[in-house]
Amino acid sequence: MIGLPFLYALAGLMFAGFAVSTLADRAHPRRFGSAAFWGLLALSFLAGDRLGDLGNGVLVLALVALAGTGRLGKGSPPTTSPEQRAASASKYGNRLFLPALIVPAVALLGTLLLGPPLVEAKQVTLVSLGLGVVIALVVLQLWLKPPLRAPLDEGRSLAESIGWALVLPQMLATLGAIFGLAGVGAIIGGFASGWIPEGSRLAAVLAFTLGMAGFTIIMGNAFAAFPVMMAAVGLPILVLKLGGDPAIVAAIGMLAGFCGTLLTPMAANFNIVPAVLLELPDRNGVIKAQVATALPLLAINTLLIWGLAFR
Amino acid sequence: MWPLIGIGVVIIGFALRFNPLLVVVVAALASGLGAGLAPLDVVAAIGKAFNNSRYVTAVWILLPVIGLLERAGLRTRARDVVANVASATTGRILLAYLLFRQATAAVGLTTVAGHAQTVRPLLAPMVEASATRADPDISPDGLAKVRAMAAATDNVGVFFGEDIFLAVASILLIKGFLDSNGIFVTPFQLSVWAIPTAVAAFVIHGARLLRIDRKPT
Repeated sequence: MIGLPFLYALAGLMFAGFAVSTLADRAHPRRFGSAAFWGLLALSFLAGDRLGDLGNGVLVLALVALAGTGRLGKGSPPTTSPEQRAASASKYGNRLFLPALIVPAVALLGTLLLGPPLVEAKQVTLVSLGLGVVIALVVLQLWLKPPLRAPLDEGRSLAESIGWALVLPQMLATLGAIFGLAGVGAIIGGFASGWIPEGSRLAAVLAFTLGMAGFTIIMGNAFAAFPVMMAAVGLPILVLKLGGDPAIVAAIGMLAGFCGTLLTPMAANFNIVPAVLLELPDRNGVIKAQVATALPLLAINTLLIWGLAFR
Repeated sequence: MWPLIGIGVVIIGFALRFNPLLVVVVAALASGLGAGLAPLDVVAAIGKAFNNSRYVTAVWILLPVIGLLERAGLRTRARDVVANVASATTGRILLAYLLFRQATAAVGLTTVAGHAQTVRPLLAPMVEASATRADPDISPDGLAKVRAMAAATDNVGVFFGEDIFLAVASILLIKGFLDSNGIFVTPFQLSVWAIPTAVAAFVIHGARLLRIDRKPT
């Protein structure tokens, strides 16, 4: 069955292409460091399952050493000039929006139509995404007729402008797993349940929603905070002791955690990567734009649990 | 208590603006050692977790497609479309996007849009064009704030839309947790309780977006 290995092979080939074209780019300001970085990522995607845990760990340390010592740089692969882009935009007009829809459309159709025995059920969306990318590349090459190496050059140019932030979300997922292994969640949950004053329903709800948001800010992921805060406060106090409706406590508690996701650089996928993608001068610019939505919404989630769960 | 040392490393490291990759790996090493693991075991655990999380980075296979579209002038075209429609103000464009993102996420279509797929190639150039039309003297900082709001709107839309869908990961996680504690609920019972917050998010964030049109950025 087709599953993640298909997607990983595509990604591995792409990163290997970035490495080779960086190495061939003699004008690149950080030629060897950058090529090594993309090459290591390619190795991880193509052979990660054969490296062993310690091998992968050493690979991670090498990636971080390259990024942490500033060995990554941005080259200038050949591309079109602003004038050529303007001319192309007026030539193709609104038809340019159509190929932009290929990837989402294939991802959607694939998710609805594909499945066993052809594609692994759990990975249908990701496999469809990969399929959409392949189809879109073929269509764009046939229609716009750019040079054959253009997808690689343009992809590398974008990847280099994202730089180390490209692997940060995966690294944070790794940190979450290590925190889990080290028992960080259980310790924090113990603190949270110790702070609740006796007899106040609103204080208990506040401890739960603020705990969800706060622990999400630390972990960068509400999914990591949820089991901890539910086990420490939500279930024993709100549901079992105060008689709250478990569906309401759990569903809205998760959304209180999402308010925390809007406030933390640890949620790199949502807050740091777009700041880099959109070339914001302030790495925390997206978070700052979200504060005035996240805080009132956290208050509302608290009031919703308080007002709805105990009827 | 020692496993918490990783959290301290993260907070201090981010505050001092060290390279975030470096901070995160040092934090993982510190927490692992703090929990009493041997150094090589910590490195192996990091390697194992990294290898199991590759799907997070794999979505970047989108980059060559987006690069080809930008090369052909997609961002220029997105800008031009908005520049020619006077009623397309920054606040209205973002409000329409918020509604689109919440609605599609609520029926499970979280991957039809995103920062790489739609915000950078389409939404950001559109709101830059509308903001420039509203205020031709807008500063680069003002334009950066508008782009940041475009990214923020994508996040708010997807976060407070996706939980209305029954089969999303967070609903399944909640159900799994409650099941294992002997409390049985259907995904539907959980997802209806995402609706009040979804409405509140639309009202709060939408009001902020419409306010952009009233004051110069």
